[in-house]
Amino acid sequence: MDTTKVANTNGTEPAIAAKPSRAGAVASWADDRLGLATMAKKNLRKVFPDHWSFMLGEIALWSFVVLLLTGVFLTLWFTPSMGEVQYNGSYEQLRGIQMSEAYASSLKISFDVRGGLLMRQMHHWSAMLFVASMMVHLLRVWFTGAFRKPRELNWVIGCLLLLLGTLEGFTGYSLPDDLLSGTGIRAADGFIKASPVVGTYMSFLLFGGEFPGESIIPRLYIIHVLLIPGLLLALVGAHMLLLVYHKHTQWPGPGRTEKNVVGFPMLPVYAAKAGGFFFIVFGVTALMGALLSINPVWKYGPYDPSKVTAGSQPDWYMGWPDGALRIMPGIETHIWGVTISWNVMLPILILPVVAFTVLLLLPFIDAWVTGDKRDHHLLYRPRNAPTRSAVMVALMTMYGLFWAAGGNDIIAIRLHASINQITYFLRAAVIVGPVIAFLVTRRWCISLQRKDNETLLHGYETGIIMRSPEGGYTERHLPLDATRAYVLTARDRDPVVDGEVQHEVDGNGVPTPHTGRLSGVRNRLRTLMWSDNVQKPTAEELDAGHHHAEHEHELQTALDGHAADGHQFDGHHLVEDEGLRHH
Amino acid sequence: MSDDAHELDTVPDATVTDDLYANPGLAEHHWRPTDVDPKMEKRAERQVATLFGLSTICTILFVVSYFTVDKTDTFAGLGAQNLTLGLTLAGALLFIGIGVIQWARKLMADLEIVESRHPASSSEADRAATLESLDQGIAESGIGRRPLVRNSLLGAVGLVGVTAVVPLWDLGPTNAKVTKEQPYPGAGLENTIWAPGMRVVRDVVGTPIRPGDLQIGDLVNAEPEGLFNGGPDGEPLEGVALQVGKSKGAVVVVRMEPEEIIPGKGRENWSVDGIICYSKICTHVGCPISLYERTTHHLLCPCHQSTFDLADSARVVFGPAARPLPQLPLQVDADGYLVAQRDFDEPVGPSFWERG
Ligand code: HEM
Ligand code: FES
Repeated sequence: MDTTKVANTNGTEPAIAAKPSRAGAVASWADDRLGLATMAKKNLRKVFPDHWSFMLGEIALWSFVVLLLTGVFLTLWFTPSMGEVQYNGSYEQLRGIQMSEAYASSLKISFDVRGGLLMRQMHHWSAMLFVASMMVHLLRVWFTGAFRKPRELNWVIGCLLLLLGTLEGFTGYSLPDDLLSGTGIRAADGFIKASPVVGTYMSFLLFGGEFPGESIIPRLYIIHVLLIPGLLLALVGAHMLLLVYHKHTQWPGPGRTEKNVVGFPMLPVYAAKAGGFFFIVFGVTALMGALLSINPVWKYGPYDPSKVTAGSQPDWYMGWPDGALRIMPGIETHIWGVTISWNVMLPILILPVVAFTVLLLLPFIDAWVTGDKRDHHLLYRPRNAPTRSAVMVALMTMYGLFWAAGGNDIIAIRLHASINQITYFLRAAVIVGPVIAFLVTRRWCISLQRKDNETLLHGYETGIIMRSPEGGYTERHLPLDATRAYVLTARDRDPVVDGEVQHEVDGNGVPTPHTGRLSGVRNRLRTLMWSDNVQKPTAEELDAGHHHAEHEHELQTALDGHAADGHQFDGHHLVEDEGLRHH
Repeated sequence: MSDDAHELDTVPDATVTDDLYANPGLAEHHWRPTDVDPKMEKRAERQVATLFGLSTICTILFVVSYFTVDKTDTFAGLGAQNLTLGLTLAGALLFIGIGVIQWARKLMADLEIVESRHPASSSEADRAATLESLDQGIAESGIGRRPLVRNSLLGAVGLVGVTAVVPLWDLGPTNAKVTKEQPYPGAGLENTIWAPGMRVVRDVVGTPIRPGDLQIGDLVNAEPEGLFNGGPDGEPLEGVALQVGKSKGAVVVVRMEPEEIIPGKGRENWSVDGIICYSKICTHVGCPISLYERTTHHLLCPCHQSTFDLADSARVVFGPAARPLPQLPLQVDADGYLVAQRDFDEPVGPSFWERG
């Protein structure tokens, strides 16, 4: 301790009080006015567990910040107007052509504002990154069980963020008013008109009259720069507050329990890592904006309702409803003087709404099926919830197949198949594929569980090959060390005995199921959920397994009278001052 | 503090109640080389500072290239300005990021700490107190005892939202209004700008077409002449009138052997010498269609691959569209040019509820 700065005398000389640090002085000034210390006391050293998969949400957060920054930059030059002007900027090929002010200003940003193209490309790349990382983050949360109580509401907020992010992307993509984005708006008008009863009214109100009118770009603009970003910001804030309030989940491990959270403190380590990571995400976006061209609107030309570019494709995250639209049979009903366009309504107006609702409700459906009322703060590996993992893989498969359908023309060309064949195949595949994916994933997870049990009971494979006196070769298995064995067994035991779901089990938080009209359905779902799972071994099984292994082990080494336990050579074990064990 | 003390005791902890192996407890902390070796520490410090220095250099280069690289310069086929600004910006940001993370990993204390969790719920006492206050507040308001006040309030609040919704009506004129008032030629979903005797002209340039201009197998993207001379004094349309006119009036004109055409009922005299004309706007969701295969007379929409047989009244042969493309009845005017007999008999473009 530096004693020069504390009071060092009570004699005649005045005592020198310790001077507070500079940061401390600022903090005191602020606290005198804001009284933040009470809250900050808890949060400055808040613990955040570390794992690579926890970075996915962070990528989404930081790319959102990059979107805000680059977006504000773009607004300084972008003119959201459909008024016609003649282009006189520096892009030779379009000079003299009539176009909307929106398109002209996008060209200006691209060619006449220094750094403008960079900002446009960074904005678009970070939009891709934003949506993609939200999706992968969602998968992480599902596959590891982080969606369970008490975090269901954060799942709901996350789903809303994904929805709004997608809409935000679509509105942004439409702003430059180039041929490609105009075609997207044209299709959106067709979707709206297909709505029963109110379709034409919604279309005329949205477009300020008949398509294309001159209002849609300014209206989309205000939705894009104010309305949705405001909602996104509020929801991101709520998402973060709940994260802090619940404290982050963690993986089971030495010293980690359901009742604690282990990791680095917010200040300084987590703040530094997260803050540094922001610069990395920002920098990577800049790198992409510098090197990879995206949405070169000047190549498409201005929007013209009588023109189209071949191979029209929306941004990738809009691809799956587009695929559904492509493979839907052309069914339309004309009855009582009205038209019902099933061919548009089903894939665009109904399917995405149903899909989104299912996604939003997944944690609640799950909780209803399991009847689990406990809080969960420890994550699990996807294999330890085979049915849950299988459900998500089935959904992913369906998404992927619809998405592939969105490129059916490209696939047909690549595979030299007729587009008809591809379409018929995909119509069947979007239904059969997810079922197969479900079954395969579930079985796969269960075999992985079985393998974990093998490892627990018979030890891990050492890579040491033993030769028996008879000349046979076997691989030496050795028991796990305490930490690894602990981590493998640190998971729930499902309420299942001999493949029968035990409804009366308590102390596991699973309530008895007799009540309710749907209890029959629920019991069957529970059976599906758990009955085939491989449970972790019981204490007796473990004992028996270890005895057996030890016995074998002795037999194998009986020759020289030594039981070399092999730990010495496998790198899992400290070998200092440990000789070969004698039996 | 007693509130914070209510613990997660109600939560059976699988990892505790069902222990096969005891939780080994926090792993022992290992000191890093930078913790114990001052030389390593100094080296890490220099490394981090170097990274920050590199960032500063990139920022300076950014400013320099902003003022020196011209927008017409290229480098390896890329715009040099975008490249230099982008790379220097990326460097300026990445070096800060890497530096800070390196600092955290090598030099900041790396002791893991443990915090205990508390249930998300409030304590029983807090919950009871809150419920009590709530009940008291409700009782004092008398909302339960005065159903007349309550119900009329609910009604009023429910209804006041109408004041926000109704003004949305003026977001745009409705189809009915536009159709009645005809603010521009061919307004309304049931109409287009096509009219009896209007010439079929090439798009972009606007030149009229004689039957002899077309070879067998040709496809011409065409438009109504009204787009080029439909203004009050015969001037070209512009603005909304032009855009709407195009979005409904665009057509394709194809020529095939007359005997290949299977005319629809009542459409026997809609073509001229094997020249036949259809709306270019897809009946699915409205993309303009363009890809023509002359041997099969199939027209393919690039958006979702609906395919129409132009020899057979533009019947849908494949894809998600449910209706044929509307056909424009053609004839030849006194000067020998292709003209429309009249407007389409049905609305063009995507389906809508009132279409029938
Ligand atoms: C949060 C999510 C956001 C997403 C997903 C998003 C997405 C997009 C996309 C894909 C484009 C088309 C870019 C192009 O290639 O030209 C775009 C354009 C644009 N965005 Fe955003 N954006 C977001 C937020 C913002 C914000 C917060 C602002 C401003 C405050 C903004 C302002 C703009 C402007 C002015 C354009 C038109 C620029 C141009 O095309 O030249 N954006 N946005
Ligand atoms: S718009 Fe033509 S197929 Fe969809």
